Amino acid sequence: MNTSTTGSPTRTRGRIMLCEGNEAAALGVALARPDMVAVYPITPQSSLVEHLAKLIADGRMDADIVDAEGEHSVLSILQGAALAGARTYTATCGPGLAFMFEPFFRTPGMRLPLVMTIVTRDGITPQSVWGGHQDAMTVRETGWIQMYCETVQEVLDTTVMAFKLAEHHDVMLPVNVCLDGNYLSYGAARIEMPEQADVDAFLGHKDVNWHVALDPSRPMAVDPLTGGSGGVGPETFVRYRRGQCRGMQNALQVIEDIHADWAARTGHRFAPLVEEYRLDDADYAIMTLGSMTGAAKDAIDEAREAGEPVGLIKIKTFSPFPVAALKHALRKVRALGVVDRSVAFRWNCGPMFQETLGVLYRLGRHVPAQSFIGGLAGADLTTDHFHRVIADTRALMTRPACDEPVWLNAKD
Amino acid sequence: MSARHHRYPVLTLKQSNVPDDLCPVATDLSPMLPGDWRSYRPVVDRDKCVKCAVCWLYCPVQCVEERAAWFDFNLNTCKGCGICAHECPQRAISMIPEAQ
Repeated sequence: MNTSTTGSPTRTRGRIMLCEGNEAAALGVALARPDMVAVYPITPQSSLVEHLAKLIADGRMDADIVDAEGEHSVLSILQGAALAGARTYTATCGPGLAFMFEPFFRTPGMRLPLVMTIVTRDGITPQSVWGGHQDAMTVRETGWIQMYCETVQEVLDTTVMAFKLAEHHDVMLPVNVCLDGNYLSYGAARIEMPEQADVDAFLGHKDVNWHVALDPSRPMAVDPLTGGSGGVGPETFVRYRRGQCRGMQNALQVIEDIHADWAARTGHRFAPLVEEYRLDDADYAIMTLGSMTGAAKDAIDEAREAGEPVGLIKIKTFSPFPVAALKHALRKVRALGVVDRSVAFRWNCGPMFQETLGVLYRLGRHVPAQSFIGGLAGADLTTDHFHRVIADTRALMTRPACDEPVWLNAKD
Repeated sequence: MSARHHRYPVLTLKQSNVPDDLCPVATDLSPMLPGDWRSYRPVVDRDKCVKCAVCWLYCPVQCVEERAAWFDFNLNTCKGCGICAHECPQRAISMIPEAQ
């Protein structure tokens, strides 16, 4: 395996391309120069790993690729590779992510800095191969960092930044870059390629197995039995679990620092945790996640032209949940409508709405809020839908909120 | 730690400045041997043993040792699985609970 990241950089800066989100993710991976990629194809992720295989076959990317027999093996292979010191990458979604769950839960516990794209797909059954956030939301409580992208350019740039974030010594956690199946995976848009030399300087020295390793010169047993009353006691287990939580909290600052560093080097600026759009003088706001934000911003612009004091809050980093940044965004908001592309079955609402309720409680004042669920299984979320969200949210300031979610595509 | 471990270099997290709340690792090698968790041990009836070596062939931990007129077991490494007793054509091996 070639673990060198010092090969001659190709000139890519300023290259303008038209490409789909899946190809942009693959190009971002190539720029980050991983040593080992393991894959198993699944819709709508397949073209992403096909692009990776082609980049490697064409000699534009110097990585080993393993076409494994299933997703459980994919992640297990990458765990071994990371322990041996390799920069590692994979992508999956939906049922593939479900099949991966056992090693998925172990990866953050072993503090292995893997990067995985989730090309989000709605949960089956009902049978569907189309976009939705249900797969990524189902694994939100597994200790992986999750960042959701709005545009194809953000997919490319966030993929590169994910490696820096995962491998940061204060973080050392795996990162999911979530891009919306169909809308971003197959949506073609203009992108501007960063310079390879800038990416190399940004990512810097690679050192992924300084804390745990499969290395004959540093013999150690990886992930031995901890806890329990018969062994070393629960203290060890608690220490490591608390360490995982500490890494997640450290990530909040590191994500901000990395986005600032990236913007300084490339000129590409993205809100790291929470984006506030036309929020300064807004009385009420709507909240979005992922690619739906484009249509939502158009609707906000139209509502503003009609004199509505409405703004938008976009969550980019969903895990760790950006409590402080969201509290700041909500400081003047008097009513909130939260749009999710998945459901929280236990609460009969959207998962982002459910998480936001905790932040609203910490505001110390009552903010009426409403859950909206749309875009399931690839359904369109248009400006018309968002005008309905805006109208229903404005009504919260005079009428009590409804305990039921509003199902935006129920009659589409 | 037993003598057989001394050829390994020992790494401690403290010496390498790795925080002790990242990935759990064990760098002190355990001196525990299979015999330490055995619950049954094999006992040979020397009158019945004909030294056919079937136990020697089947033993998964290779703990069968040859004596002058019979085969015996290294109880440091015998894990008490009982395969030898099951396979012995002479029924010369019986498994005795360690507690006895």
